[in-house]
This record gives sequence, C-alpha cells and structure tokens, in this order.
Amino acid sequence: MAVVDPSSRNASMVAAEAVIPARVSHLDELESESVHIMREVAAEFERPALLFSGGKDSIVMLRLAEKAFRPARFPFPLMHVDTGHNFPEVLAFRDARVAELGERLIVASVQESIDRGRVREEPGHDPSRNRLQTTTLLDAISENKFDAVFGGARRDEEKARAKERIFSVRDSFGQWDPRNQRPELWSLYNGWMHRGEHMRIFPISNWTELDVWSYIAREQLEIPSIYFAHQREVVKRDGMWLAVGPCIHPLDDEIVASKILRYRTVGDMSCTGAVESEAGSLAEVIAEVAVARITERGATRADDAVSEAAMEDRKREGYF
Amino acid sequence: MNLTGTSQLLRFSTVGSVDDGKSTLIGRLLYDSKEIFEDQLAAIERASLKRGDGYVNLALLTDGLRAEREQGITIDVAYRYFATPRRKFIIADTPGHVQYTRNMVTGGSTAELSVVLIDARLGVVEQTRRHAVIASLLGIPHLVVCVNKMDLVDWSESAFASARADFAAFAAGLSGVDEITFIPVSALQGDNVVAPSTHMPWYQGPTLLWHLETVEVADRFDWARRRFPVQWVIRPMAATHHDYRAAAGRVEGGTWRPGDEVLALPSGLRTRVRSIETYDGPLSVAYPPLSVAMTLEEPLDVGRGEMLVGPEDLPVLTRDLSATICWMTDQPLEIGRLYALKHATRTIRAVVDTIDHRIDVNTLERIEGVTALGLNEIGLVNLRLSAPLAVDSYRENRTTGSFILIDEATNGTVGAGMIDDRTRQQELVYQI
Repeated sequence: MAVVDPSSRNASMVAAEAVIPARVSHLDELESESVHIMREVAAEFERPALLFSGGKDSIVMLRLAEKAFRPARFPFPLMHVDTGHNFPEVLAFRDARVAELGERLIVASVQESIDRGRVREEPGHDPSRNRLQTTTLLDAISENKFDAVFGGARRDEEKARAKERIFSVRDSFGQWDPRNQRPELWSLYNGWMHRGEHMRIFPISNWTELDVWSYIAREQLEIPSIYFAHQREVVKRDGMWLAVGPCIHPLDDEIVASKILRYRTVGDMSCTGAVESEAGSLAEVIAEVAVARITERGATRADDAVSEAAMEDRKREGYF
Repeated sequence: MNLTGTSQLLRFSTVGSVDDGKSTLIGRLLYDSKEIFEDQLAAIERASLKRGDGYVNLALLTDGLRAEREQGITIDVAYRYFATPRRKFIIADTPGHVQYTRNMVTGGSTAELSVVLIDARLGVVEQTRRHAVIASLLGIPHLVVCVNKMDLVDWSESAFASARADFAAFAAGLSGVDEITFIPVSALQGDNVVAPSTHMPWYQGPTLLWHLETVEVADRFDWARRRFPVQWVIRPMAATHHDYRAAAGRVEGGTWRPGDEVLALPSGLRTRVRSIETYDGPLSVAYPPLSVAMTLEEPLDVGRGEMLVGPEDLPVLTRDLSATICWMTDQPLEIGRLYALKHATRTIRAVVDTIDHRIDVNTLERIEGVTALGLNEIGLVNLRLSAPLAVDSYRENRTTGSFILIDEATNGTVGAGMIDDRTRQQELVYQI
C-alpha cells in the first residue's frame, strides 16, 4: 500500500521526455474515430449486426471492424438485405469476402417478404424495390432481436444525413424523428433505449466519398469489378444509364446502347445509374472522384431524385 | 487534392442565425472552394427561384431538413465537409438563437476553432457575446470573428474597427480563448471568404479560408497525462491466440510505450504495458488519438470502465464532482435529482447535490441562489456519485474532463458536463 499525493505530480516532466510524434494523418484520425465507435457499440449493446452490401462504404466498414476486434472474431454477425435486384458481381464479391473473413452472414430477402405477403411489388414498368427493403430490414431486425445495426452511411452524401447522429434511435417502426434527436457531444454516445427501439449506428459519418476511396487505396482493399470501367448494354432513363438485364427492360422508344462505364455507388440494378468512365484502376477512379462535379447520389440514384426531401422522407420511414 | 492522407484535419464550429448570413458564409466557403457539386447547385437554383429569392440562395445548401427549408431557419447541428490541398475540414454548423444554446454546445464540443459572425450594421449584440461565452466554456482556443455584410456599410473601415474594439473588450474577460482573429467579409458577394476583397484595400489580413488553412491550432490532445479508458477486452479464445488478452481503447492522453508502468483506476491494480497491438502490427509508441489494444504484463482483470493511467501523473479519483453543466431538456435539473452519468467508458449514477451558481451566457455574470437549471441554461453544479470516477479537469483533458447526463426515464441526453478545476480540491489523497 502506497499513499500517493497527486500534488507531487509533475506533468511537465512527462511532456518533456515524450517526443511528440508527427501529426496523425486525417485518415488515421477518421479510422480511429470509427474504431472507437464500433468498440463502444460492441460493449454497450447485446445484439449488434453490421450491414454489409458489398458496396465500397461497407467494404471500409469491414476493414474497420477488423481493426477494432482482431485477432478475435467480430462480436456481431454481418447482414445483407438482398433485394433480388443486386448485381451478380456484387453478390459474388460479398460471399467471397465473408468467406475470407470467416464471419457469419445473415441474408434478409425482399423476395421472401414479397412471397410471404409482407410487401407487394410496386406497380409500373421495371419497379424499384428500394422502398420495399425497409420492411425486410425491420423484419430481420426484430426476428434476430438486433438492438443495434451498423450502417455505412456518410453525412456528406445527402443533406438530411448531414443532420443525423452517429447513434440514431429508431422506434419500433424504424422511424427517424429528426426533430427529436439526442445531442451528441464529444465522443460520448448515448446507447440507452426503450424496449422495442433499436439503434442505427453510423461509424463513418465523418468520412467523405474521397476519404473512402483514399482509404480503400491505402488499405489495398478489393472492391467489386463494377466500380471499374467495363462495357455494358444500357438505356438512358430518367437521365441515368441503367443496365439492361433482369431488372431493366427497354421500352419501345428507348435505344439500347453499348457503353464503357462504371458505377460510382452500388445499389439495385433497377435504380442505380452508371457513369461514363474509362477509369480502370483504383488510381484512375480516385482521380475521377477528386475532380467530380456531381455528387455520387445525384449522379447515380433515381431514388433520391424524387423530391428535395426524398431521403428525409425515406429515413423517417425506417430506411438507412 | 491531397490523396496521400497526410493533410491535417481541422474541426471548427460556426455559430450564427440566418440573419447573420452564417449559412450564406458556409455556402460561399463551399462554393468558392469548389466543394459544391453541380447537381446541388442546380437544386438550390430551382429552390431559390421557387422561393422568389433574387439570387442563388447559398443558405439553402446547409438547411437539410424540410422544416428548416420551409421556415428558413437552422434547427439542428449539421456537419459539412470540405478539403483543400492544405487541410481537411469538418464544420459543425449550429444555429445561433438562445433557444439553440444546447446545439451550439454540441457543435462546439469537438471544435478546435469557432467562427463567430457579427452583422457590420449592428456590431456586437447579445448573441455575439453568447457565442463567445460558449466558446470559452467549451475550451475552444481559437475564435475567428467575421464582421459580415460589409457591403451594406459601404465597406467602411470604421464600422469594422468599432465592431472589433467592442468584441475585443468583451472577450478580454473570457478564459480559455487564446487567439481572436477579425476578418471583414461579405458572404453574399464573397469578399474575403476565399478570394481577397477588392472593395476593402484598407484590410491587408488573410481571407477566411486562408486563415482556416494556415492557423496553427493549439494541440487539442493532452500530451502530458497518460490516459487510456478501456472500452473492450479482445480475447480471441482460439487455439492460435490461446492466452491473448488485450485492453482495447483510444489513447486519450500522453505517449505510451511497452514497458511503461500503468495503474488501472478505479481498481488500483498496478502493472506494466507488455505490448501495444493493432491490426497492422505492434507499435513501439502510441499517442492520441490512436485506437489500439494494450496487453499487460500481468493478466489483470482490467475491463470496460477502468482507465489505465500513468502513475507519474494521476487523475483525481473522486465521488464528488464540480462541473459546468449545460442543460439540454425541458424538465429542469434540480437539486436532489438522480441521473445516469457517462464519463469516458464508465456509466454510473449521480445526484445533484448543490448548484453553486448559474452563468448568464450573454454577460458571463454569475447568478447565485438558484435551485434548478432550465433548458439551455448553464451553471456550476456539484454532483455526488454512486461510485468513484477517475477524472481530470476539462481544462486539462477534454475527454477525461467531460461527461453527459442521461435521464433514466426518457433515456435522453439531458446534460453536458465539463469538470471544474475545483474538483481536485475535494479529494487530495487516495490510497492504492
């Protein structure tokens, strides 16, 4: 037993002997913040899950989870909401990555929700399943009793997202109430919830699209082939190049073109547009993103173009 | 564009209301630094036309929620991002009216610099003083005062000089603010935001962006005190890492090396660091703000809620806290009430013992004899804790010196606390 008198402490002594290292890069700092958030969630929630779509943001999320928890396994399963409209290249990538990590993947299927009568396919030509997936997601959350779900959304994507917390409480309908959000100070996250509520967690809130690409390059992460330039049959619909295939059937007045293009985001084939691009390597993709003059969602997502508040409305309904 | 990941990160907050032109200023900063995308610009051009604005209303870029656009106000903290070849910036964009004090505190909690707006026609008003007081309470060392709407005062040097003198006189009474920079701007026309003004030859100082890119921010990390709150224990329990056990967390103070002596608080266990682990391999030194995992010489039962500290510079281990608290909910903080308190990685309970005084955020005046703090009020409060906490003062360490209060009935975050220096006097000696 030793009695310690804090008045004898000598802060300057410690500071003097410590060689202050070079300033941490901004990617290091973003990474550390995200790892900190993931560890907080692992510690404070009983049944978290991490949404993994095979897209670039969730690819970064998996690397961050490795940084947070290796050499142990992740303290949560991965989950994918399969709309049935996914690009086959992305599903193949998803399965390969999950196998490589040796983690557990839960697949929640929109087709199953349709078959079970939980949701109905929207009317019209080549309907999108973007809205339907919210029901599938909420059903999966409640069936698996998940109390926290990690998503790879970023605040730079869209202006409603710019106001969402890192820990975002959802009621039992999965609804986001933007007027009633908790203040989030320093790095003290409040994970307290009522029964039936769950938390959406956004560890890469403070990353931008360019940060994500720079990190993929730095960490040498593999990404699905559709992010790189390739040749594809497409039609121009609502100002976007959509891939002709199982989800997009050309109308009589639409002209099918064969183009060299790539995807900037990975979503459903039914509502994700490709951009004309020759970028065939990661360095070329990053150079393109760095000078891009259109946001990734603006360039490629039909779902956000509906109205100025389209994202806010869908988030209120339980969308990520 | 810097793609190598070596640029610095600057987090700053902006405070002001729509009338100050704050959203316009940010819109201008993003627009002139080419961070606004064409589809965003097209969207606000359409919206401006629909509203009948006579110009492209850059404020519409930052008002994210439907209610904000409809009412033309900023309700909540919005985060904005932009980068120049010199730095990456995170802006916490906060509303300025008194009913949004809690949002200002939230936005400022992570900021190293704060941009305060003054309307050149009005000079220093109550709201300006409030912004400065809050920046001072939150320990934001750098203030940039933009005297805006210079176009409406005929680019008058004397209007700028008088606003500067008034603000400087008030700020002289503030602690914690190291440096104040004054810049005359017109956010609407872009003068001195990104490009130098041609209207104000009398001003030779930096533009706002140049200042933000080059300001030497006082190191926001605590290099003196070794602090490592344990978040999580990594235990693979697999054949390949049979005995592996590491305390995972983020370095919140000091530099750490294998072999360093450590003390775990509040348990009082003492050992040495064996190794500092990361996914990318072991480190010979760790420092803020890196997230790492530490293995210890002895297999101690050190888990979440414990804090590893350097025995050469101990925090205070106490069951009594004095703290400046900003109250964030309608139901007032009252003497005798019980709240959950989250500090670093530890959550305990706290009872409000006494309220020393309330601070008038407009004048810095101390009001004594209060028994409650209402929404958006700030005061010095004494708390009794259900278990000992290892703390520093907020002035010494923004992480180990801060906490939040949670209402156990609503689960809401109801208070933000900054631990006061006088906490030290309450527990001078403790035994290990």
